[in-house]
Amino acid sequence: MEMKIVAERTKLWADKPSPYCPGCGHGIVHRIVCELLEEMGLADNCVFMAPVGCSILAYTFLNVDVCQPAHGRTPAAATGIKRYRPDTFVVSYQGDGDLAAIGTAEIVHAASRGENITTVFVNNAIYGMTGGQMAPTTLPGQKATTCPDGRDVKAGMGYPIRVCELLRSLGGVAYLARTTVHDAAGAIQTKRAMRKAFETQVRGEGFSLVEVLSPCPVNWGMGSLEALRFVGENMTAYYPPGEFKVSGAEV
Amino acid sequence: MSERVLLRGNDAIGEAAIRAGCDCYFGYPITPQNELTAYMARHMPELGRIFIQAESEIAAINMVYGASAAGARAMTSSSGPGISLKQEGISFLVGAELPALIVNICRGGPGLGNIAPSQADYFQACKGGGHGDYRMVVYAPATVQEAADLTVKAFDVADRYRNPVLLLGDAILGQMMEPVEIRPYAPNRPEKPWAVGGKRQGRAPNLINSLSLEEGVVEEWNWKFKAKFDAMRREEGMVEKVNTEDADLILVAYGTTSRICRAVMKRARAQGLKVGLVRPVTVWPFPYAVLRETARKTREFLVVEMSLGQMIEDVKLSVLDHAAIHFHGRPGGGIPTEGDILEIIEHVLVRRRTGTVTTRGSVIDWTIS
Ligand SMILES: Cc1ncc(C[n+]2csc(CCOP(=O)(O)OP(=O)(O)O)c2C)c(N)n1
Ligand code: SF4
Repeated sequence: MEMKIVAERTKLWADKPSPYCPGCGHGIVHRIVCELLEEMGLADNCVFMAPVGCSILAYTFLNVDVCQPAHGRTPAAATGIKRYRPDTFVVSYQGDGDLAAIGTAEIVHAASRGENITTVFVNNAIYGMTGGQMAPTTLPGQKATTCPDGRDVKAGMGYPIRVCELLRSLGGVAYLARTTVHDAAGAIQTKRAMRKAFETQVRGEGFSLVEVLSPCPVNWGMGSLEALRFVGENMTAYYPPGEFKVSGAEV
Repeated sequence: MSERVLLRGNDAIGEAAIRAGCDCYFGYPITPQNELTAYMARHMPELGRIFIQAESEIAAINMVYGASAAGARAMTSSSGPGISLKQEGISFLVGAELPALIVNICRGGPGLGNIAPSQADYFQACKGGGHGDYRMVVYAPATVQEAADLTVKAFDVADRYRNPVLLLGDAILGQMMEPVEIRPYAPNRPEKPWAVGGKRQGRAPNLINSLSLEEGVVEEWNWKFKAKFDAMRREEGMVEKVNTEDADLILVAYGTTSRICRAVMKRARAQGLKVGLVRPVTVWPFPYAVLRETARKTREFLVVEMSLGQMIEDVKLSVLDHAAIHFHGRPGGGIPTEGDILEIIEHVLVRRRTGTVTTRGSVIDWTIS
């Protein structure tokens, strides 16, 4: 029988065990990033900016240059790299605590300056690495170690931040989309949006960001399937997927 | 060709940085260093280099982190409160072994303090203001010329050790205009095969980070850093000694305060009082050995600082109990006067007294118990 290779593992992910928990969304998002870097011929001059969060461990297996700055400061450090070496393709990867809490100023200003970088924003509604504390994106009522009875938005815990909606108005933002990885269709959509974001950077149009709604079964206290359902139902209800900006124009 | 020009300290640091091949400057407004940021805003883009007014000092130091990771000669500058915000970033620069220049044109503190000259950031600069076990070379220029020369040197030293370097000035140095010889300079830039970015063309991927969760790795890094810090201690210390051979009393001061002390020394000598001066040019590494040596002959030391007394702890570590150490300091933007310092010298050397004197309505306390 003749065999044809229809899919291969990305070569940018070294043959090492994944550092992530079973059912974690980070691995899916990394894989999409790696596939696109390969398909678009960008791997050779890519710097992957690893945030402080679970995905800090990307350096242990990614076969591209990696730079890992302080918690939340990834967009500023990415700015330094891209400005000095504009021939570098910069993927700035961030979690929700990193991007929407401690690093809010850095992401807003990198976006407003129109830094020609691509931010991959993994929104898992929780602080994964530190063990499940409330994130700026934790849903109302959702439990975390620092909101054990669920996030009470009226009791001073604040409302979850919708990052795409927040960044949409900034002039420097060229491409902005929100997707999910809770099912195959979502993953395909994520890859499509990420490709557009990468192309935005290749064309030099300015800041691009894809927010990916992603499961953290371990810290949500759920099984993998239940966590996927939570993304598909609860998270997408609060964070509607779709494109917000294309080539600098609001969609 | 060197040119002699009249320059403000802040501008001279900017011009020197440009001549040293600074590729990227990232700043945020704060007095009394604003002229430096403005100088870079005007001149860096003209040369096709990078200038960004960042959204905060935190962002600025992290832009430095990124640019340096990509192989740039990068710098930032600020004053007290802004330098406090950069401490995390400085610690990360050391941890990730990234060269950079940080300039602190120090102002009165704590808190927002004022915009007057101060030396109250000595501990922060020399004793590791950020977290972790780190050191960095800290230059403390006393003249605009020296500020320019040490800025150039700082970039080379930072690259040599892959470690940040701090230039510690104060509002007087930053604002004062003096003639400066701006020398031509061929930047001595090493290859940076460890840098990220650009076309890899077959080289293995590089990694810039300061984290390892593997057992023993961070301890190993720290031992490696110690070897670098030890080399800095051996190679990079700079100190000026004046009239120490026959001195009955040695003034110890750095930066602007050392200029006041130099004038006091001349006046004291004119009165027949044998006064010398030791001026640390690097406050880290501190010239422990030089001071220890002078304490073999000299029995009285007078430390003068624009603070409540910070460098004095290093003078004590040098001299131990071999000599008496007196102190005169003015905190919060106060500037020691020649008259007050001379008064103390006369009390120590002529009246053989220790303690407190009242002169022209102000109380000067100089004895360290
Ligand atoms: C200055 C600082 N504060 C706190 C921490 C601890 N810390 C590490 S990761 C993290 C949050 C990560 O959460 P998120 O960004 O949502 O990423 P995830 O782990 O969920 O992917 C925190 C608070 C730190 N490393 N540095
Ligand atoms: S804690 Fe959550 S985000 Fe972190 S690896 Fe595990 S599942 Fe993924």
